[in-house]
Amino acid sequence: MNLERLEQTSPWAWRVEREPGEARAEAVLYGDAELLRTMDDKVLEQITNVARLPGLVGPALAMPDAHWGYGFPIGGVAAFDPEQGGIISAGGVGFDISCGIRCLRTSLTAEELAPLAPKLADSLYRDIPAGVGVEGDLKLSIGELDSVLLGGARWAVRHGYGEEAELEYVEERGCVAGAKPENVSQLAKKRQRGEMGTLGSGNHYLEVQVVERVYDAAAAEAYGLRAGQVVVSIHCGSRGLGHQIGTDYLVSLAKAAGRLGIALPDRELACAPVKSPEGEQYIGAMNAGINCALANRQILAHLARRVFGHFFPKARVETLFDVSHNTCKAERHEANGRERLLWVHRKGATRSLAPGHPDIPKRYREAGQPVIIGGSMGTGSYVLAGVSSSEARAWSSASHGAGRAMSRHQALRQWQGRQLVDALRERGILIRTRSMRGAAEEAPGAYKDVDRVAEATEGAGLARRVAFMRPVVCVKG
Amino acid sequence: MIVTEKANPGTLGQEGGSRSFSYFEHDADIGVIGQGATLEAAFESAAEATFAVMVDPQSLQRASQEASIAFTEEDVEFALVRWLNALLGAAREQGLVFRRFALAREGPRWSGRAWGEPWRENMERGTEVKGATLTMLSVRQTDGGWEARCIIDV
Repeated sequence: MNLERLEQTSPWAWRVEREPGEARAEAVLYGDAELLRTMDDKVLEQITNVARLPGLVGPALAMPDAHWGYGFPIGGVAAFDPEQGGIISAGGVGFDISCGIRCLRTSLTAEELAPLAPKLADSLYRDIPAGVGVEGDLKLSIGELDSVLLGGARWAVRHGYGEEAELEYVEERGCVAGAKPENVSQLAKKRQRGEMGTLGSGNHYLEVQVVERVYDAAAAEAYGLRAGQVVVSIHCGSRGLGHQIGTDYLVSLAKAAGRLGIALPDRELACAPVKSPEGEQYIGAMNAGINCALANRQILAHLARRVFGHFFPKARVETLFDVSHNTCKAERHEANGRERLLWVHRKGATRSLAPGHPDIPKRYREAGQPVIIGGSMGTGSYVLAGVSSSEARAWSSASHGAGRAMSRHQALRQWQGRQLVDALRERGILIRTRSMRGAAEEAPGAYKDVDRVAEATEGAGLARRVAFMRPVVCVKG
Repeated sequence: MIVTEKANPGTLGQEGGSRSFSYFEHDADIGVIGQGATLEAAFESAAEATFAVMVDPQSLQRASQEASIAFTEEDVEFALVRWLNALLGAAREQGLVFRRFALAREGPRWSGRAWGEPWRENMERGTEVKGATLTMLSVRQTDGGWEARCIIDV
């Protein structure tokens, strides 16, 4: 990205200067100069497009891991006031509605894991349905799927996938209100019938990791994390159902925007006012998609726990937290001196609630909400904690991942899947995948430096680092 | 901005194969380009490009099963997105991977067919396509016929 149009307002924040005559709200990017230089210029174009949407409150924001998306950049955050014509945008949520990360902490140490890691990797690969075209054992009727869309992770727990107590550690306690299964097409439901409890492919993964560094001892203790401990991270979303909701509403909202006189700077920003029949219909469907994703990760967590139970019958495998990073939620925030109900889009961004917030589980409330930055399969991931400064700077939001640094084509030209998997094994990282091409596309070198992203996230006052985890086993689609 | 067209890869990361489709680059996702003598042929090529992201066409054996697609759309650019997404939906619903496509148009009414086979363990898999997007969407006439392109979300 060319930094000439940016004004650096702090070591970690940059304001996009307006072109002469350019009518839009503010746009702010977070990160250091090096991270911004590696971002595509399209990020700048996309975030300034978001700043032109009706009813935006405050600036359109790009997190330190931002990269070129469609409509919104990945890593884009924007809040809209329905009382001022604020919109909801399918392009601000993405196709994979409520994609997110479930993090499980275990009572195991790296030393206990090591001798059994290869067999554990094989079993996880066998029992966690992953990859394009792969279905799970769970087959649901349309009626049962409607119950999933209303119940979210609570539905999964009711059907034997996990424990009631762990729902405390899932955003929204496992289920968002306002889901309208009737707003979800039959095709979307048919696509999901065999896909509950599946991982998918692309950048989705199940990783067994070891806590390598602890940055904040008090928060780590609150989260139940310590150096040398084994944790599990599951990254996936709402699968075929979410994809089809995105598909169904993309064209219809683009057309609705035209009818409603909303000038879209990019058709992918397809949107409608929150307070419109079209907007309300999408919100009902999106909330159903969120519940689908919450149920999906609940089932996958249970499947992973079952595999661990086979190898380590006495080990505890508990949910640390479950965060979504492709959502739009109605939240109360203070803006211009008064509390307002805003619809906050986070596309490739994680909610990051400050210490004391009532929506944080009691056990973590003093530390702040756990924020998870998922890295590539060869580098590692971070757990961070929400901080109070994030509210004023980004509506309590933070980064969600390392963010891609190069395209999949470029990665394929640079790496071969087999060689990459072998090289990672030499480094003690076991990859299990059905797609060597997919492995090459997901090469660690194709991603930004996750350490730099986490440092920038902390520097920008969006969240503070708690622990770093290195990968040991990675199941990819 | 990185938009470099990769000349006729046939399948991602491999040389050879069909010459009717190609790809262009996008940081996180993939751009597909379908070319053909007619608008319909360009759409068929874009569908080939889309499914080749998910599975190497050379690892497919028999296009033994068929699906029908029908929709009404006046805008040809929206029609490209609807065509690709209808195919993705049908493939996922029926557990198939498609390799051959045929599309016909009568005014705003589009009707298509796709032939494919169920997923098998020994197929050379790529990355799941979540959907076709409106980003960098264009359908245009060229010297040699038609070109249809958009970003697909993976």
